[in-house]
Amino acid sequence: MDFFNDKHVEAAKDLIYKMADDQLIIGHRNSEWTGLGPILEEDIAFSSMAQDKLGQSEHLYNLLHELGEADADTVAFTRNENQFHSCHLVELPIGEYDFSLIRHFLFDMAEAIRFEMLVDSSYENLAQLARKFKGEIKYHTMHANTWLQQLATGNEESKARMQNALNEAWPLALGIFEPGAAEDVLKEVNIFEGEAALEAKWLQEVTALLDKAGLSIPDGVSPVYGGRKGQHTAHLQPLLDEMTEVYSIDPTADW
Amino acid sequence: MIKSLDPRIDRAKLTHDPIEPLKEMDQFQTYEVFHQTKRGQQHLHVGIVHAPNADMAILYAKEQYARRGETANIWVVASEHVSATDYFDQDIFETTPEKFHRDPASYKVMDRIKAYKERVKG
Repeated sequence: MDFFNDKHVEAAKDLIYKMADDQLIIGHRNSEWTGLGPILEEDIAFSSMAQDKLGQSEHLYNLLHELGEADADTVAFTRNENQFHSCHLVELPIGEYDFSLIRHFLFDMAEAIRFEMLVDSSYENLAQLARKFKGEIKYHTMHANTWLQQLATGNEESKARMQNALNEAWPLALGIFEPGAAEDVLKEVNIFEGEAALEAKWLQEVTALLDKAGLSIPDGVSPVYGGRKGQHTAHLQPLLDEMTEVYSIDPTADW
Repeated sequence: MIKSLDPRIDRAKLTHDPIEPLKEMDQFQTYEVFHQTKRGQQHLHVGIVHAPNADMAILYAKEQYARRGETANIWVVASEHVSATDYFDQDIFETTPEKFHRDPASYKVMDRIKAYKERVKG
């Protein structure tokens, strides 16, 4: 699109930063299962999806570069935690496989709906990416939902573990939809309908699937906000230190 | 404490090696995977995956066998549903030398193709 003014550019950057950071961080987290997955086939599938997330985040960072930010590697590997716009859900440690699966389900459903909405964005480069990622993300939600139904209807232990993981992840998942700095601007020029619209759609779809699985959504929880403003848990900085360890040895090295 | 070059192992703070030898039947059942490159082409057998049911077998078949290159469709079939010949009966596949007329290689068509080409050129 032709941006009308700087206000629109800033609003688009705010949106893309949080999307890219979420994907980079959850991609890194999920890759921690590589080599440790429950069975070989799942290990490969989960690792491959983690790699998809990193790949998608790179495309989004490249978009930011077009909007005047530093290049993808610099943005991904040289910022401190308070410069990251990711939500708390993605930065928590992988925990047991039940938590990682519930997080994968809740996050990827939101991501799938967000990109569905962005297919019609007036920001054409972003809409193009949304179309490009459609197939990958569809597999991710298919994988998440198949596991969810499988374990929630497996035996008492598997059902209880999924319910506990859901209770833990739910307030964090609501934090995905923390209002952005410029929601009105994004709406005004049809870049994005906004976090509230996304949350409503997500809640509807996720509720139907959790009902089908026989799991109940915890009552009366408040969303965990702060991530979009650069306020993070103690888990993010150690993740960043580990992720950037090799890069920091020689930032100018060619790969 | 087990020390490793892999930070994930160190984070787990393991005091003993948690990996016990596998029990018999510790694995999920296997599914045979058939891969189709383009619509209308035949599905070709490409290998197996371990999975608890067909839905999950399809998830895994996609990642193991359809991650690269072109794919139109995937089939999975529980290995236990495959009927097979017995290797004891492998001799049923032997052809006696006298019936070489069944072998397409024994037809001498190349001579005729060459002759035709000569004729067209000429």
